[in-house]
Amino acid sequence: MMHGPGVIPRAEAIARAETAAERADTARRRADWLTHAILILGVALFALPIWIVLMGSTHDVATISRGEVPLLPGPYALENYWAAWTEGSARTTRVPVSAMMLNSFVMAMLIAVGKIVISILSAYAVVFFSFPGRMLAFWAIFITLMLPVEVRIFPTFKVVSDLGMINTYAGLIVPLIASATATLLFRQFFLTIPDELVEAAKIDGAGPMRFFKDVVVPLSTTNMAALFVILFVYGWNQYLWPLLITTTGDVETIVIGIVRMIGSEADTDWHLVMATTVLALLPPVAVVILMQRWFVKGLVETEK
Amino acid sequence: MATLELQGIRKSFGTVPVLHGIDLHVAEGEFIVIVGASGCGKSTLLRIVAGLETATEGSVLIGGADVTRLEPKDRDIAMVFQNYALYPHMSVFDNMAYGLRIRGLPRAEIEERVRRTAEMLGLGELLRRKPRELSGGQRQRVAMGRAIVREPKLFLFDEPLSNLDAKLRVQMRAEIKRLQRRLGVTSLYVTHDQVEAMTLGDRLVVMNGGRAEQVATPMEVWREPANIYVAGFIGAPAMNFLHGRLCSEGDAVDLRAGCAIALAAPPAGVKNAEVTVGIRPEHVRICGTGAVGAIPLKVDLVEPLGAESLIHGILPSGEELTVRTNDCSPLAGTTLPIVLPAEHLHLFGEDGRRLRLAHARNAAARVRAGA
Repeated sequence: MMHGPGVIPRAEAIARAETAAERADTARRRADWLTHAILILGVALFALPIWIVLMGSTHDVATISRGEVPLLPGPYALENYWAAWTEGSARTTRVPVSAMMLNSFVMAMLIAVGKIVISILSAYAVVFFSFPGRMLAFWAIFITLMLPVEVRIFPTFKVVSDLGMINTYAGLIVPLIASATATLLFRQFFLTIPDELVEAAKIDGAGPMRFFKDVVVPLSTTNMAALFVILFVYGWNQYLWPLLITTTGDVETIVIGIVRMIGSEADTDWHLVMATTVLALLPPVAVVILMQRWFVKGLVETEK
Repeated sequence: MATLELQGIRKSFGTVPVLHGIDLHVAEGEFIVIVGASGCGKSTLLRIVAGLETATEGSVLIGGADVTRLEPKDRDIAMVFQNYALYPHMSVFDNMAYGLRIRGLPRAEIEERVRRTAEMLGLGELLRRKPRELSGGQRQRVAMGRAIVREPKLFLFDEPLSNLDAKLRVQMRAEIKRLQRRLGVTSLYVTHDQVEAMTLGDRLVVMNGGRAEQVATPMEVWREPANIYVAGFIGAPAMNFLHGRLCSEGDAVDLRAGCAIALAAPPAGVKNAEVTVGIRPEHVRICGTGAVGAIPLKVDLVEPLGAESLIHGILPSGEELTVRTNDCSPLAGTTLPIVLPAEHLHLFGEDGRRLRLAHARNAAARVRAGA
């Protein structure tokens, strides 16, 4: 075939394409570097404080009191963690971290489980039954989403204290247990369950509770697991409410405990505070890591 | 096994009426297909029989007992849904066994029944699988199995084949028919597909706008459609409709397309009136030019189907006509002389109802003798 005007010979065309490809390659590599640099900086910003806490928990009180910020591990790790776990801060609270961890664990667990149970039941009622005031009930739940805990904290405190629930697990947990968010999430999920499935169950002879137990709950497990992670972390990190409702060490949670351990500058066992902080981090992290599998499963299972 | 009787079923959603009084008697073991375009109320009717909807008026009798006010579970019916509605988290075995467990049957009997049904449907190997691990056809079969294992008085099918591909649909259609014959369970089957309706049903209920337009065997519906709607709905490709006028003696019809066709006997009580003349594409004959009563058809489009061809053309009156033939495939743009045989004409009055013709065959013989 003849080369017409404007037609590039083949070899030259290939060479041009190659240089273009190389240029694109270099540009991409440069962009990769930039992306990575930004990401690494971000990770450092998030991770550095945790690293400092982790390292601080392995030094003795004197090092930290001198104002040093050690970035390498010290020799006192075991001692510090043992002291925090069994005795707590001798100079301030004197409540062992193990007790506070147990309180936090019980609270977070009961809040997470309680919220899931209550919200799955209310979502079931709102989605699968028609009764007078159904939409009113739904909107009433929805509107509570708009009210943060802080807005209703004083009336709630009054009610709880009148019921004599100060310094009890019940007082700590019950006011936090209703969840509009979880109810809405379950509602959205229930709306994706096809009507035919409900009808097939009706023809099979399953009543409402049976359908709930045999079909709705098993289908919701991945949603429940995802919610459990979020709600457990939410419960674990509660600060304001436990601060108001706990006045003694008996039901004190770890988040409150850390704050109380920090007395005046001279009295604070910083090495123990840091060890306690690391310990306080562990359960939420463990829950997230253990439940991650369920998250993935929930994402992969597209068919409901 | 049981009879089913529907008496004056009416249904309105709010102020919108969807069913205008349906009466139907289904004999024991009969396979009834309810067919109609979407929105004609056929699914609503099925759901009323199932008890998933309540009729505004009228009653449902299964095996002679009035079940109008009973819950679905107390009606002893089984239903196969369009999207199968299998429980996604249960194995095939559990899907089939669920209804039996709720009924409190002994474990051994459940096991026995499920295994037997699964064998019958060729699902024996799949009992441990979850629905998502099955193909469309297998899911369909599990849905059938779930219905069969219950040994109900009545099977209800709500467009069970419309989610399958064409080949599988034909296969499952035959399978459903065979199963129904074998089990002899009275069945009600809803579909919008007229081929499914024709092949499956002992009798058809052709529905339109919330009314049963015709209830008859498939061949009756095809041969003597009760009105223009049924005539146009059943049969593929659809029947051709032409304008015509019944002459003053009532024994011939003048087509607007430009020919007169003699009829043996005038339709009772109708003369000198506008009529709609229907003829199926397979009944139009292609003849030589100059034949008596030939109408020139201008060929617009030819669709070869292999064994036969569909010829779409335009008559001198501007009306469209489809011819189905197996011995000719003309080029588009040419003119084809055609004859409409009198014995195959369907006449519909101005109200759209069929006009009954007496001795149509003799009339045809006369026309041919005249030619």
